[in-house]
Amino acid sequence: MSKTFMGWPTFPKAAETATADEQLRANVRRATHTIRTKRAALVEERPDWQDLRDTAAALKDDVLAHLDTYLEQIEEKVTAAGGTVHWAADADEANRIVTGLVRDTGESEIVKVKSMLTEEIGLDGALEAAGISARETDLAATIVQLGDDLPSHVVVPALHRNRSEIRDIFAREMGKHGRPAPEDLTDEPEELAEAARLHMREKFLKAKVAVSGANFMVAETGTLCIVESEGNGRMCLTLADTLISVVGIEKTVPTWQDLEVYLQLLARSATGERMAPYTSTWTGVTDGDGPRAFHLVLVDNGRTRALADPVGRQALRCIRCGACMNICPVYERTGGQTYGSVYPGPIGAILNPLLKGADDPQTASLPYASSLCGACNEVCPVKIRFTDVLLKLRHDVAEGDAKVKHRAEKVALKAVEGVMDRGPLWNAAVKAAGTAGRLLPKDMNLPGPLHGWTDSRALPDIPKESFRSWWKRTEGGTK
Amino acid sequence: MPTALFVTCLNDTLYPGTGQAAVTLLRRLGVAVDFPQQQSCCGQMHYNTGYRKETAKLARHFVEVFGEYDEIVVPSASCGGLPSEAYESAAEAAGDAGLLRDVREIAPRVHELTQYLTDTLGVEDVGAHFPHRVTYHPTCHSLRARGLGDRPYRLLRAVGGIDFVELPAQEECCGFGGTFSVKNGAVSGAMNGDKARHVLETGAHVLAAVDNSCLMNIGGRLTKDGHAVRTMHLVEILARTEADGPLADVPVARNGALR
Ligand code: SF4
Repeated sequence: MSKTFMGWPTFPKAAETATADEQLRANVRRATHTIRTKRAALVEERPDWQDLRDTAAALKDDVLAHLDTYLEQIEEKVTAAGGTVHWAADADEANRIVTGLVRDTGESEIVKVKSMLTEEIGLDGALEAAGISARETDLAATIVQLGDDLPSHVVVPALHRNRSEIRDIFAREMGKHGRPAPEDLTDEPEELAEAARLHMREKFLKAKVAVSGANFMVAETGTLCIVESEGNGRMCLTLADTLISVVGIEKTVPTWQDLEVYLQLLARSATGERMAPYTSTWTGVTDGDGPRAFHLVLVDNGRTRALADPVGRQALRCIRCGACMNICPVYERTGGQTYGSVYPGPIGAILNPLLKGADDPQTASLPYASSLCGACNEVCPVKIRFTDVLLKLRHDVAEGDAKVKHRAEKVALKAVEGVMDRGPLWNAAVKAAGTAGRLLPKDMNLPGPLHGWTDSRALPDIPKESFRSWWKRTEGGTK
Repeated sequence: MPTALFVTCLNDTLYPGTGQAAVTLLRRLGVAVDFPQQQSCCGQMHYNTGYRKETAKLARHFVEVFGEYDEIVVPSASCGGLPSEAYESAAEAAGDAGLLRDVREIAPRVHELTQYLTDTLGVEDVGAHFPHRVTYHPTCHSLRARGLGDRPYRLLRAVGGIDFVELPAQEECCGFGGTFSVKNGAVSGAMNGDKARHVLETGAHVLAAVDNSCLMNIGGRLTKDGHAVRTMHLVEILARTEADGPLADVPVARNGALR
């Protein structure tokens, strides 16, 4: 059974385990720092980078403001080009549609092009339950699938694994699902890539049905676009008889000219390359070339919910480049699985609550999984203001509609505020703190929820005299 | 009209020396300083944890206390930034149109201290003397939200006798983040551990910043691990002159040269 994030612990709980895993932290640190350095160098060479970001953000905002119109246009163009469009309100409906489409072909072994959306809706599990085996063809996605693992990054789902771990997974698992890894497989990247290539080729050549996502949908022609590094995507998109593309409705761009903006931003932000090695586009079906049947499944699954949030809707601009994860100091220490979703890091901290609602403790813990340092704001190619959205979502949890509330915390903060907005009481409280300070032993550990502070830090000394007492005693430092 | 000092609640209770240094320095630069006694807390912790209506009450109090001053100076980038970054949304959440008007009006008059020195007063060499090895952590709020840029470095490099060393990976967050440090103690601690390690790599005896909250975080880690690095708000360095001599229990920089 393929693994899912169902029943995942809250972020702080999961992070306690993750931060204690030295190997994980070393893997994530090495990988994120490599990509972020490459990205920074390539961004540097574009003097128009900030203009590109502004344009990309504005274009997506326009798409989001008129999403209904653009989606109708896509349906019309795809249908005119010989494809079939299906609408799925949620994960269950999307899974039902795809399972039905595969069943109709009579096939039980199909291939997949890495797609975070199919992970989001749990498509593999649904297909498996229907007796259909769907195998990944992207290297990192294959590592995750073979290892019966979960993704930890939107661009490199196996980012948390190093090469010796990958070697072990290949040696152990490949034979169970097709061509085994060579007996003498080492952890040299070339050997690992070759083993994966041979294992997958067998599947490409056999499979009659392929499932993909899409990075973009161009509304003016009903064209889909996938950007990838390995060529596995192009193999799936062209070799299968039936192609089923499952795409989130926010992937829309109006025209080909707009696509140009995102193609310049995406590879630089994602992998630190000027252009991704493979950019494939397809429109409906063409006689004698490529798949004979094409289905587009348009998925909402909470996107219209996110759209209804005036601050949060900017999260739907996301083009899944992963730059926010690669720069995030929190992600660097926890890895991606800690976020309990296929969307980890800063975008995960905002997108999950927006899609699902912060109505369970795990989802409600995500907006707090940030020190608000703002490093993500600076790298996001579509200029999402993460800190604004995080603060808005915290407000929803604290004082708004979200169903999870932190009662004890509210009482505590309210008490502080009650004292603080009245000068004399605050004066008295400051004096009391000075007295208390002498009673608090320096190496004391705080109880309850406050232990988070004293676990790794000493408490500061509380001075005997506050600033205001000093000011008063010395008449403003003049005596 | 004198300039008002908004000392912040953290400095008031835990770091009074920062407030005293601000008073000393501003006076030395010819600024008349006032300390309105009714001041309390800006509401940052409330706002960052999601409590906007509670923040609105503190914003109202802030306006009442500081409304009459032309210039309000704050020795903290994060608290100094709050009136312009948060008070509007707080007033909106509270549905208080009058407050919204008032906070819009007061926000431009609230200045973070280093920015006040370099931009409003137009000084870089403030006549300070500090013969110790110092490194500087640009706190996230000063770096990204306030955009202080090279201002703190210009002020530090102009200090007489200082041995200034750059902090490796300085732009990385120390892991404080207000209630983040309590709610997410494990991650916060891991981030802070790396920051403390970088501080030690510099061999500096003093770590400076413009937010005592972050210094409390990093300093708490250094102390817990038994290191003697002293944390000081930037203004405490700027306030010291040759007449004060070196700090008593901190090694004196031998070459006393700029790096
Ligand atoms: S939020 Fe921005 S930086 Fe993060 S994955 Fe999406 S586009 Fe990239």
